[in-house]
Amino acid sequence: MKPLPPPTGMLAELTYRCPLSCPYCSNPLEMAGRDAEMSTQEWKRIFSQAAEIGVLHAHLSGGEPASRRDLLELTAHAAQVGLYTNLITSGVGLTKKLFDDLVAAGLDHVQLSIQDAEPESADAIGGYRGGFAKKLEVAQWVAETGMPLTVNAVIHRLNISRAAEMVDFAVRLGARRIEIAHTQYYGWALRNRAHLMPTRAQSEKAYAEVEARRALYKGRIVIDHVAPDYHAKYPKACMSGWGRLTFNVTPTGKVLPCHAAETIPNLEFWNTREKSLADCWSDSPGFNAFRGTEWMKEPCRSCERKNEDFGGCRCQALALAGDAAATDPICSKSPLHHLIGEIAARDSSEKGGDFTPRRMAAAKALTDV
Amino acid sequence: MSEDDLTGESRPYLLRGVRLKHDQVRKCWVLLAPERFLRLNGISVDILQRCDGGAPLARIVDDLAEKYQADRAVVERDVRALLVGLYDKRMLGL
Ligand code: SF4
Ligand code: SF4
Repeated sequence: MKPLPPPTGMLAELTYRCPLSCPYCSNPLEMAGRDAEMSTQEWKRIFSQAAEIGVLHAHLSGGEPASRRDLLELTAHAAQVGLYTNLITSGVGLTKKLFDDLVAAGLDHVQLSIQDAEPESADAIGGYRGGFAKKLEVAQWVAETGMPLTVNAVIHRLNISRAAEMVDFAVRLGARRIEIAHTQYYGWALRNRAHLMPTRAQSEKAYAEVEARRALYKGRIVIDHVAPDYHAKYPKACMSGWGRLTFNVTPTGKVLPCHAAETIPNLEFWNTREKSLADCWSDSPGFNAFRGTEWMKEPCRSCERKNEDFGGCRCQALALAGDAAATDPICSKSPLHHLIGEIAARDSSEKGGDFTPRRMAAAKALTDV
Repeated sequence: MSEDDLTGESRPYLLRGVRLKHDQVRKCWVLLAPERFLRLNGISVDILQRCDGGAPLARIVDDLAEKYQADRAVVERDVRALLVGLYDKRMLGL
């Protein structure tokens, strides 16, 4: 086997606590609470180890990272050990003072989520009144410093008619970059799929409108556009390949290849409380289960695209095909591909609105999808 | 941006949040930016280290042509190609 290249990015999920309750949140349905979270010292050690093994970007995320009182201390430490620090925030919970202190501590980049381009709808989706106004304020703070701002928008049935407007909105906020991602169905999004799934016509229209903004805003904003999976011919290279470039660390210290990896039964992932980050990354059985292409079955095994999309998403393969090593059914070569059209047609015809807001308690009863 | 917007008088600089780093693990220089990194070859590092917002493009090119004992026109083409690409990725200011 070729030697494993060093990881480039780490998503540090500092906490699952969040004042918002987006129905597509990528956090798991069962979320560990504050008591189980790692301490300041534990996180600092992980950032140091990440820098040592070659991680370049540290994404401070959650939940809402500002829910942790030691966010400043952790950011300062990550910057000190040479990591490029990116704060992924809803904006809610940040104060001007904390923001200024984060900047002084070496914060490099802010990624601000928006729920919609329209205030009322945005606040309804996030389940937090006044959230939209708060985001405008935070965007203003970031713009004033001249530091880079990325706007993150997740697209689904409740906001899809304004997908392209969100790009316009991000330009007005002074963002250098927008990530416009059609919902990926895992975590809470899978739970709420019937309320989030747009129709094929809606998806295609939104996709084309966003793409048309590229030429319009060339040199002003970079558009990173994640295509709608359920209406695609081939799957995405999920996480750019399992365990290939990046990893997540959960609030309790588990090291995972992606948000949903723990939904796959019988995979053993290691915890940084017990092992070094280097070992968790290179030797944990869960990471090695789907690294490279050796594990693949047909049709992936003999497919010319296997080093491009790596067979798609393992968690989606499990959720839809019942086998994490199967070809992601999003792929038109999958024998189960017909399921995708059927699910999309069925779910997009359900009436929207009554989604289950993400929440920490009472999640147990909702795990059946 | 088209290449014409970049004149000999332009004073390029890396935007805030975009920085050069010598990566001890990969043993190479990288350019770090939001959600991106680029591995840099020697000449790219030399170019970007001179993009301090003070030096005009013409002087950067002169300087590099001298250092590499290379044809000025060839150097200028390389410099422009790198800078226009970075400008369009929102990593460079003028
Ligand atoms: S997606 Fe919404 S609920 Fe989930 S962490 Fe982000 S802001 Fe909070
Ligand atoms: S068969 Fe597998 S490798 Fe080929 S395109 Fe489909 S998912 Fe990708």
